[in-house]
Amino acid sequence: MDLAQVEHLSRLARLGLSPEELQTLLGQLTAIVAAVDKLQEADVSSVDPTAQVGGLYDVMRADEVAPSLEAEQALANAPRKEAGLLRVPAIQ
Amino acid sequence: MAELEPVIGLEVHAQLLTKSKMFCGCRAEYLGLPPNSNTCPTCLGLPGALPVINRAAVEMTIRTALALACRIPEFSKFDRKNYFYPDLPKGYQISQFDLPLSLAGQLEFEVDGQRRACGITRVHLEEDAGTLHHAGEIHTSNFSLVDLNRAGVPLMEVVGEPDLRSPREAPQYLRALRQLLIYLGVNDGNMEQGSLRCDANVSLRPRGQREMGVKVEVKNMNSFRSLEAALTYEVGRQTDLIQRGMTIVQETRGWSELEQATVSQRGKEEAQDYRYFPEPDLPPLKVGRELVEQLKAGLPEPPMRLRDRLLDQYEISAEQVLVLTERPQDAAYFEAVVAAGAPPRAAANWQAGPLQALCKAARVEVERCSISAGELADLVRMVEAGEVSGSTARELLAEAFESGASPAALVTERGLAQVSDAAQMDAWVDDALRQLPKAAADFQAGAERALGPLVGAIRKASGNRANPDLAARLLRERLARPGE
Repeated sequence: MDLAQVEHLSRLARLGLSPEELQTLLGQLTAIVAAVDKLQEADVSSVDPTAQVGGLYDVMRADEVAPSLEAEQALANAPRKEAGLLRVPAIQ
Repeated sequence: MAELEPVIGLEVHAQLLTKSKMFCGCRAEYLGLPPNSNTCPTCLGLPGALPVINRAAVEMTIRTALALACRIPEFSKFDRKNYFYPDLPKGYQISQFDLPLSLAGQLEFEVDGQRRACGITRVHLEEDAGTLHHAGEIHTSNFSLVDLNRAGVPLMEVVGEPDLRSPREAPQYLRALRQLLIYLGVNDGNMEQGSLRCDANVSLRPRGQREMGVKVEVKNMNSFRSLEAALTYEVGRQTDLIQRGMTIVQETRGWSELEQATVSQRGKEEAQDYRYFPEPDLPPLKVGRELVEQLKAGLPEPPMRLRDRLLDQYEISAEQVLVLTERPQDAAYFEAVVAAGAPPRAAANWQAGPLQALCKAARVEVERCSISAGELADLVRMVEAGEVSGSTARELLAEAFESGASPAALVTERGLAQVSDAAQMDAWVDDALRQLPKAAADFQAGAERALGPLVGAIRKASGNRANPDLAARLLRERLARPGE
């Protein structure tokens, strides 16, 4: 990891971080990535690539409509709302 | 400098006509609902809520892929595409990255009467986002309003190969794809309301070069017209830059209807890094070969092949075929009218002409209107046999369309059957000659046009029931000019 990567990630995560915070995270993330890197040492030459180990396949539902939430319920925890809509800061 | 060649590929997003959303039971039909009244913990992305795949959406995607001659891999999975935007409640879109439901097909389409084929890279399945409303101008407002009714609606993406070579080809490709989706019953084809959307990748290269130029993505085209206009503009812009020795910047540009220009939205340095990873909440799919065969067997006759067959099988024009294959139901209705005994050309004229006009005005599909294929066939047969005049038939068709009666039955009921009886016709001819002696004299003196008023008088006297062809023939006989 380098500082540029941490800055890139913080931008993707929309986190406004101070230079000190970026430095702290650089140290922490480097350690985390190094720990995860240990996995690279495992011999997986005899293992098929997989995304899941649950053994489940084809879990699907019939195309049927079920009741939705009331609009008031859906917006109950929204910090700001207006005319039944969620009010959010504009995208810059 | 070598001549520049445009290289264009389209990405088309189509909302699927399922009843419920992609991963939850909320309604897929969201238009017209009060804001945020069509959501649940799953499509709101509330903690702990789990998605479950809608089987109908998977089957519609496979059917589309099969109709596009794609390969259906035996194994497929969903992935998370991560980005932050206020219309995306979970902070990621469930999509398909490296193992989509289908790969490598093609779409046939026509440009200026020539058939072309464009490769299809893949057809995959994902979910739609919510909608944003902006107060005032998007650039000046400091807040947005979010409606999540659309969030989670099944969205199928058809990715085309960069096989298109001119802006003219793009709308034709899109028309063919749209019609195919309508034939399959998987999408309503409504570009205006956004249930069918199109993005394009555009680059230029010297003709003959294999390597691709720098590509620009163009968005925001919501009609065939704006698609062609945007591509024409973008090809012109890139050509101009290259000819002036400048380089093309890889970026995303939006089509502005107002400015009739593409406008830069996002450069490469701001390009998204979606950090795709496998969706842990959805077990992968093993697409059985039996299901694939079963879906393949249920595919409708594709529009292009249907057109070929109608042209081959019936004596009708290419223009008529085009109108009659707008929707599969139109063609089915036409074939039913012919099967009920109407001559094909006349049947096509009546369906594509008067009947379609009535249907359009009443906003009803031909297969749902009150005139059955059998009833139209009866009426067409009577007109063709000279039993009823064309104008009377048109009036009765309009009346029957409203009342639900049978137009042929109205002919009999009202005594409107065209009269060809010799004695009756002779009497009407006598009357007409007495009424319009000048016209008769003019005709005899060689004025062909004078026949018109005489036939008109006969029609009027007969209450429109006199067979006009017969009337004209009888008049000619009576007024036989010397030497004829």
